[in-house]
Amino acid sequence: MASDGSSNSSSIPDRQQIARQRLRIIAGHLQKPLDPSDGDISARECSGPDKQPGDTTTNSVPRRRQEVMKWNGWGYSDSRFHFNKKGQAEFTGKRYKLSGMIMPSLKEWFEGTFGANVQHKSFASAVPSPGSVKPPALNQAFVEGVQSAGVPFSSDAEDRVFRGHGHCLHEIFALREGRVGRVPDMVVWPNCHDDVVKIVELACKHNVCLIPYGGGTSVSSALECPLEETRSIVSLDTSQMNRILWIDEKNLTAHVEAGIVGQDLERLLGESGYCTGHEPDSMEFSSLGGWVATRASGMKKNIYGNIEDLLVHVRMVTPKGVMEKSCLVPRMSCGPDIHHFILGSEGTLGVVTEVTIKIRPVPEYQKYGSVVFPNFDMGVACLREVAKQRCAPASIRLVDNEQFQFGHALKPQVSSMFTSFLEGLKKFYITKFKGFDPQHLCVATLLFEGDREKVLQHEKQVYDIAAKFGGLAAGEDNGQRGYMLTFVIAYLRDLGMDHFVIGESFETSVPWDRVLDICRNVKERITRECKDKGVQFTPFSTCRVTQTYDAGACVYFYFAFNSRGLSDPVHVYEQVEHAARQEILANGGSLSHHHGAVATAAAPCQGVQPRRQRIRQQIFRSFLHASAAAPPTNGARVGCLFLLNNDLMNPNGARPDDQRVLISGRTPPRTYPLPSTPAELELYRPSSLLQVVIPRSTPSSLLTPAPPPENAPSPLTLGEVYQQQRLARKTDEV
Amino acid sequence: MSTPQRDSVNDEEEFADILEDLRRSWDLGHALRTFKPSVPDTGPPPCSAAELTAAVRTSQHLRYITKEVAVETDSSVEAVEQQVEVILSEMSQNLQMSSIRLLGYGLNKAMKRLFTRVNVNMDGLQRLQPTAQGYPVILMPNHRSYMDFLIISFLSFTYDLPIPVIAAGTPLSKMKLMGEIFRRCGAFYIRRGIGSDKLYWAVLSEYVKTIVRRAYAPLEFYVEGLRSRTLKALPPKLGMMHMVLEPFFKGEVYDITLVPISISYDRVVEESLLAHELLGVPKPKETTRGLLKASSVLWENYGSMHVNIGQALSVREMCEGKIDRNHYNRIPRDLPQKPGEDLQACVSLLAHRVVRDQEQGAVLSPWSLMATVLLQSPVPSLVQEGLPWGALAQRTLWLRGHALAFGARLNWPGGTRESDEVMSSNMSLHHSVVRRRGGRVFLLEEEGFAGRRPTSAEEGVAWRAVAVLMMASHRNQALHVFARPAMLAVAMHVTASRQRRELQAFFVFLLDVFSVEIIFTPGQSAQDFEEACSLLGKAGAIQCCQEEISVTDAGQQTVTFLKTLLQPFMDSYQVVFSHLCEAGVHTFSEKQFVTSVRKLATSLILAGELQTYEALSSDTQANALASLLRLEAVTKLRTAEQTEYSVNKSSVQRIADMLCGKIPLQSVQTAPDSRL
Repeated sequence: MASDGSSNSSSIPDRQQIARQRLRIIAGHLQKPLDPSDGDISARECSGPDKQPGDTTTNSVPRRRQEVMKWNGWGYSDSRFHFNKKGQAEFTGKRYKLSGMIMPSLKEWFEGTFGANVQHKSFASAVPSPGSVKPPALNQAFVEGVQSAGVPFSSDAEDRVFRGHGHCLHEIFALREGRVGRVPDMVVWPNCHDDVVKIVELACKHNVCLIPYGGGTSVSSALECPLEETRSIVSLDTSQMNRILWIDEKNLTAHVEAGIVGQDLERLLGESGYCTGHEPDSMEFSSLGGWVATRASGMKKNIYGNIEDLLVHVRMVTPKGVMEKSCLVPRMSCGPDIHHFILGSEGTLGVVTEVTIKIRPVPEYQKYGSVVFPNFDMGVACLREVAKQRCAPASIRLVDNEQFQFGHALKPQVSSMFTSFLEGLKKFYITKFKGFDPQHLCVATLLFEGDREKVLQHEKQVYDIAAKFGGLAAGEDNGQRGYMLTFVIAYLRDLGMDHFVIGESFETSVPWDRVLDICRNVKERITRECKDKGVQFTPFSTCRVTQTYDAGACVYFYFAFNSRGLSDPVHVYEQVEHAARQEILANGGSLSHHHGAVATAAAPCQGVQPRRQRIRQQIFRSFLHASAAAPPTNGARVGCLFLLNNDLMNPNGARPDDQRVLISGRTPPRTYPLPSTPAELELYRPSSLLQVVIPRSTPSSLLTPAPPPENAPSPLTLGEVYQQQRLARKTDEV
Repeated sequence: MSTPQRDSVNDEEEFADILEDLRRSWDLGHALRTFKPSVPDTGPPPCSAAELTAAVRTSQHLRYITKEVAVETDSSVEAVEQQVEVILSEMSQNLQMSSIRLLGYGLNKAMKRLFTRVNVNMDGLQRLQPTAQGYPVILMPNHRSYMDFLIISFLSFTYDLPIPVIAAGTPLSKMKLMGEIFRRCGAFYIRRGIGSDKLYWAVLSEYVKTIVRRAYAPLEFYVEGLRSRTLKALPPKLGMMHMVLEPFFKGEVYDITLVPISISYDRVVEESLLAHELLGVPKPKETTRGLLKASSVLWENYGSMHVNIGQALSVREMCEGKIDRNHYNRIPRDLPQKPGEDLQACVSLLAHRVVRDQEQGAVLSPWSLMATVLLQSPVPSLVQEGLPWGALAQRTLWLRGHALAFGARLNWPGGTRESDEVMSSNMSLHHSVVRRRGGRVFLLEEEGFAGRRPTSAEEGVAWRAVAVLMMASHRNQALHVFARPAMLAVAMHVTASRQRRELQAFFVFLLDVFSVEIIFTPGQSAQDFEEACSLLGKAGAIQCCQEEISVTDAGQQTVTFLKTLLQPFMDSYQVVFSHLCEAGVHTFSEKQFVTSVRKLATSLILAGELQTYEALSSDTQANALASLLRLEAVTKLRTAEQTEYSVNKSSVQRIADMLCGKIPLQSVQTAPDSRL
């Protein structure tokens, strides 16, 4: 192509050629959505306003989410479970392995477990009830600012409703009933880091509240708009920041925009032969930035690590500037690691815009597996041994008997006589010949990854350990089904809600010696509480040991019950969940392993403070402890990482218990009272390394955002800040 | 087994006589019956006694303590492990069905001979059926007689319930043959006075906790710690209670079920033995030969025995909101850890609650009321002139009304019409203490051996005291019914005040002084006072207003009666106080103390200055001392060989004066109950 004019080597054909090439590329972009598997990556500059409207090259999530996703349920609009006319459960759509299949035993399981009837239906309203969405309260100056910055935005009701909730039970329940609470007044879609910087600056300038929005899969109420917020609330949707900016094959890292969702990230990296290996159950929809902000954990963390292990570098835009390390290094030892308060900050400290993440070559071989144990105790003992020998496969999970049966109910219709005969034979062997009690047996599901040879070797090692604990290998099929269950569980919750069954999951991490106790006690507590609260049918309460660590394990609970006959099911649900969490805490478990903790107004748990306050305190304490613990040394140590944010100083809000701040790094360490007024804050400025403002909850009284003075210093990188610190110290010493 | 003829007590719970069926069946047949306890399939897998011991031996907790002890005593770990082995073999039970059958046979025979009826509440037995949840069950009977020891096991065997393991004192294990038989019936042995023996303490607690944790079998133990010599509830011992509850606090079990069981007798088999013991005749050693000798008791009639299995208490529910279980989250659960204050308070509360439930569940015999009435008269007149039968009967009926109103459970068959018959049959059961002659009831003095006359006046007092103490023990069984109103009555009498505040203050003071004598839950004096007021108010004896409490005309009799009920205790304590304030007393051992108080009391009785013979009881004396210890008027000194006490005379004098109303109330130091 374009060869005809090339011989004449004039400038016009050149230009023609270039123009044609561009056209071809653009045409290619436009065709991309038709075959998304054939992606293309290259290092690109931030395209910003240049980006083509409707350009969804690499994106599974359009700006208008409502085009493909449910507004009051989980996932894609075309994929859902339902009971067909014959009363058989069916999964619609074409997207999943399970799509279009019939699950003959689900109905029986469903009715038997919940005392529910598939004939009894509670319908969800198709659209938000008219008038339930209040007209947006826009901050005109901010809107104009955004407009002139060229950042796409919308104040369309549907867009706003979509971003006003996560996937907590109470949020979805309310939406199904057509109830919409306070929603953001406006949605902005920055295209790149610089856009975010502009938006945050504008928000500070015009006193607007920002809520970062990634994949919208939050289960910690992080997306709920505070009712008491009087300012205009803007949802900052990062979904359009979804490019891989570069891949560094020498160091095996990739620099990625934070809005990319898990499935796109893996697919795009896969095209280059890489993967991150980070697979949380929500990976279809949750975003990279979200993982960082919530300290996510992936199913295959045994090989790849949790997000904190995967993270090499992160950029976060805070109201006082951009925070990032000045290098891409595997580890450093200068004071507390700033990553550790960005991780888990749940959007309260700033917006994560770009992340450098470790990548690995796509594994050559993957194999599922499963082991049946005569009872849960034996299973836990086996997992403990596997953890002790540090030979856990990519994933190893132990599901209890109830969940095993649940998984079984999801078995698709068997087409061949032979398979069903084999199934029967297997069952006979395990229950009759080996004497396993079908009401007690439980299953560990396994996933191995790596070189073919090593996988097979590894597999043998794990099965040998399992055999010592009475485990029997039970085939790949059982294993695979176990993992499928966790991916479709959210769809199943919607099915339940169609039939008055409401449920939720929660998780905890716990020392090994308490695993059995916590599983038993929490399940029992749920059953008892449901009974006390007037739930007429025995609830479904089940757990699995879903991750293993050296010092403990992560336990994941599902809990659901039939809410027929209850006047306020969500309230009952929250009471029971509250009790269950209390039980977890009393049994030495953590509030959460990877979900983050919900703190509903209805159920303030002991130990569960409002989210913002909790995070703030944690960060604060960790810094205090870190700086208090380290003796001041010469040289490079940055003794003080003093966080000041306006929320800390909110006179109405609860303040951290620590009334004094230790500022070390000077000799001798000195203590200063916590600042409580902006004036006092000023006093600390020279010694404060970092100031983070929480825009969402900042009391306007304190954060009268002194409009950035003309000579405002440009945001500092951490390296620069360090340097300033050192200078300051030197002058001090002099 | 079909439920035989039923007989109602207060129309509340139905009791059935289990002997009726047993009498109809063949003893050997009963012993060989098929025993099929229903075991829920959700429960933990059963394990053998050997496995249990092995689990204890290899536990992390014990390994840790073993090492610690080895370092402390400067010996090798192996040597300490050897000690553990010795302790374990001395302690552990070895439950075997064959022994249970043997025991069933023997007990069956014995019970048929001794008792006319053995009444058990069938609903309670139902409640002991294991539930699907399989929570550990703790059976907590009171301990009034050796007969209690295996009755629960016998019932379990007869009614297909899981056989319990029982905490028993080591002396029992020293009995030839029987010690081993009891061991095989599920008894495990605990040394008395463990004190600070760290290793023993660790082995015992691990043993108990393992039983609870595994829900190995129902665990039976006496929360009062030992047999009550006075048939009155004893202050609960908290050490064992802590061990039992710890698995719950640490989350090792979801819940623990406590079942208070009240066992009561018309007549306790060893009653005269007990009375002698209280007067200083030592308790015969628990030997097999002793047991055989004691078989002579088999020819007496002891009336009926009641076993009332109370409502189960859920530890979880009882602790709800009172404790912070996070306490145990910060260090590994296997390491020993001192319980927090909230836990200690909660354990004490639970233990007291169980004791209270035991008291309230106990079935009183009419004789308890009759003994109460009889003891209101001075002893010499009871011996010499006697009490007219009519007066006794009428007073007893009057008291019966009150007792019922105060919530007592009475075994009073039939209506008031047959009352006369009931009372006289009850009295004839106690022919060794009282006798009816010519329309009057006389208290019998101890007859001595072969009709011997007392050699001295002192001996005469002691002989007379035997009968009094035997009667007092029966009154004691009813004491809990009247305790609160009686305290209030005393407060009204001593202070001669109507002010509610003043009365309550004195009431609380009385609780402090008698804290070991009559069991009240610590920290609940306000509720106890309210209860006293409301009970007396309902009985029409007092009128309560906001500020004032006054006795009604009709209530005079009641209030006087109640005051007199506690008089023996008031008097006995004053004797103790006056002894302690004597010039020559400074430091003393408990033995010296008991002897000299007894001497003083005897002389006072002979001089006619002391009415009550109960001051002679070593139990009352020891209680008074313990209470002074709590009030910090007496302090414990530990010398090399034995514990000695030293007395703070001025504060004893002050307490004595306050108790008789000579001086107004001042603050009394009450040390928190630190005995664990």
